[in-house]
Amino acid sequence: MANVDPNGKRLVYLDNLAATRTDPRVVEAMLPFFSEHFGNAHSRSHAFGWSAENAVDKARGQVAALVGCKPGEIVFTSGGTESCNLAVKGVAKMYEERGKHVITSAVEHRAVLDPIRSLEREGFEATYLPVDTTGLVSPETLRDAIREDTILVSMIYASNEIGTIQDVAAMGAICKDKGVIFHVDACCGLDTETIDVDAMGIDILSMSSHKIYGPNGVGAIYVRRRRPRVRLSPIVIGGGQERGIRHGTLNVPGIVGMGAAAAIALETREVEKVRIAELRNRFESALKDGLEEVYVNGHPTQRLPGALNISFNFIEGESLMMGMGGVCVSSGSACASATLEPSHVMRALGVGEDLVHTSIRFSLGRFTTKEEIDYASEECLRAARKLRDMSPLWEMFKEGIDLSEIEWKHD
Amino acid sequence: MASYGDKVIDHFENPRNMGSLDKNSDTVGTGIVGAPECGDVMKLQIQVEEDRIVDAKFKTFGCGSAIASSSLATEWVKGMTIDEANSIKNTTIVEELGLPPVKIHCSVLAEEAIKSAIEDYQSKNKKD
Repeated sequence: MANVDPNGKRLVYLDNLAATRTDPRVVEAMLPFFSEHFGNAHSRSHAFGWSAENAVDKARGQVAALVGCKPGEIVFTSGGTESCNLAVKGVAKMYEERGKHVITSAVEHRAVLDPIRSLEREGFEATYLPVDTTGLVSPETLRDAIREDTILVSMIYASNEIGTIQDVAAMGAICKDKGVIFHVDACCGLDTETIDVDAMGIDILSMSSHKIYGPNGVGAIYVRRRRPRVRLSPIVIGGGQERGIRHGTLNVPGIVGMGAAAAIALETREVEKVRIAELRNRFESALKDGLEEVYVNGHPTQRLPGALNISFNFIEGESLMMGMGGVCVSSGSACASATLEPSHVMRALGVGEDLVHTSIRFSLGRFTTKEEIDYASEECLRAARKLRDMSPLWEMFKEGIDLSEIEWKHD
Repeated sequence: MASYGDKVIDHFENPRNMGSLDKNSDTVGTGIVGAPECGDVMKLQIQVEEDRIVDAKFKTFGCGSAIASSSLATEWVKGMTIDEANSIKNTTIVEELGLPPVKIHCSVLAEEAIKSAIEDYQSKNKKD
């Protein structure tokens, strides 16, 4: 791994909710499938195809074991975004005769929100359930929102931005009770959380490899086959692979990698959940003890163990990221996004616009060490103090001025 | 933009003229532009003696490009007359710092901050 960034600053990677390093054990498992067992898994008539097919079968079983389903209920895709698109559009197309209403939350990833918006443009109706200030959707609001013509509920398991984990089992029970298909976007969290699709009443589950220490470019979707049997209208067609749910030659090395990542997750999730949370809590305390006016965004306890989304009042997010040099994180600030739009998740929490621009997301992971986070907290505090000295807002705050009373000069 | 520009980083690591002048003094003009909800607030102050800017200070809440733009603005106005400072165009700031298109608005805000400080000074020193 590179040790310094282009400006010579020591690199510490704390952006695991964006992407994780592929576990070396996963890389090793994948390597034979580039140069030796490189066949198309659907080449039925020779050894290259057979060994590829066997490897895919094994990986399918590994992913199934992680979420408590049968191997035959797992379909491989190109990633979490594709799985979410398939879940939303696939259900809509298949069941639109029954109804054209879908329910989701205000804190979904764009991979769910954008397909739902496109359904709205095609005549569907969507309800976006609000969240409380910690980012939780109330199961009761879900129950109240379900109508006769509701055909899908789509809920994110854990927010990639703030880490808040939804009460998915409660929602699954409600959907079962009302007979509505329940899709859960579980792209984040499978490395530390235990998801059981039967126990939680989940009908469709989207999964991402590169969030659980597997390679980029591959994901999976669980589709329930019994009680009830759920059908999806495919969006990628041509060739008949994956039981007609997702056609196309399989990404064998990627799938092998995802399987290996899933197996490691199954074995280590309980221990990792505790270990990573301890590191995160240590980091969080260092920041809170070192600075006043810092606010954690998201649920304090019901959140992913590595997630820390924190607002540093009076300090703009992108400037803090730049100031921290090689500490690699992301921000909800508009300045930091490609579209100059602030985070919709932060808005949904009811976080004031000014605090949205001051938020930073740190996400610790499997390879984060105690030494790294101690260094990172020092760097963060150093940069933050410097930026506070530079901040006219901090100056006004210290003078006792109520910033909400000011009439700002802007267009 | 594959990394932060060197000049932008330099203004952050070694800010010029960061700080405050006495806003109550008649020789000081204070301009505050932007808004917290936009993620950009610049305070730029000038100290004027006989129509010439002898000192300037800034404080900025904003991204690296905003900080660099306002820092650069204070560097440039020091020594200028009011009229010269009033003629500073944001495009020269963009050129000097190598700002990408998505950051041009930071330079616009810096230009506005200069003008706002001048306006404040002039309104305190209206000659009847």
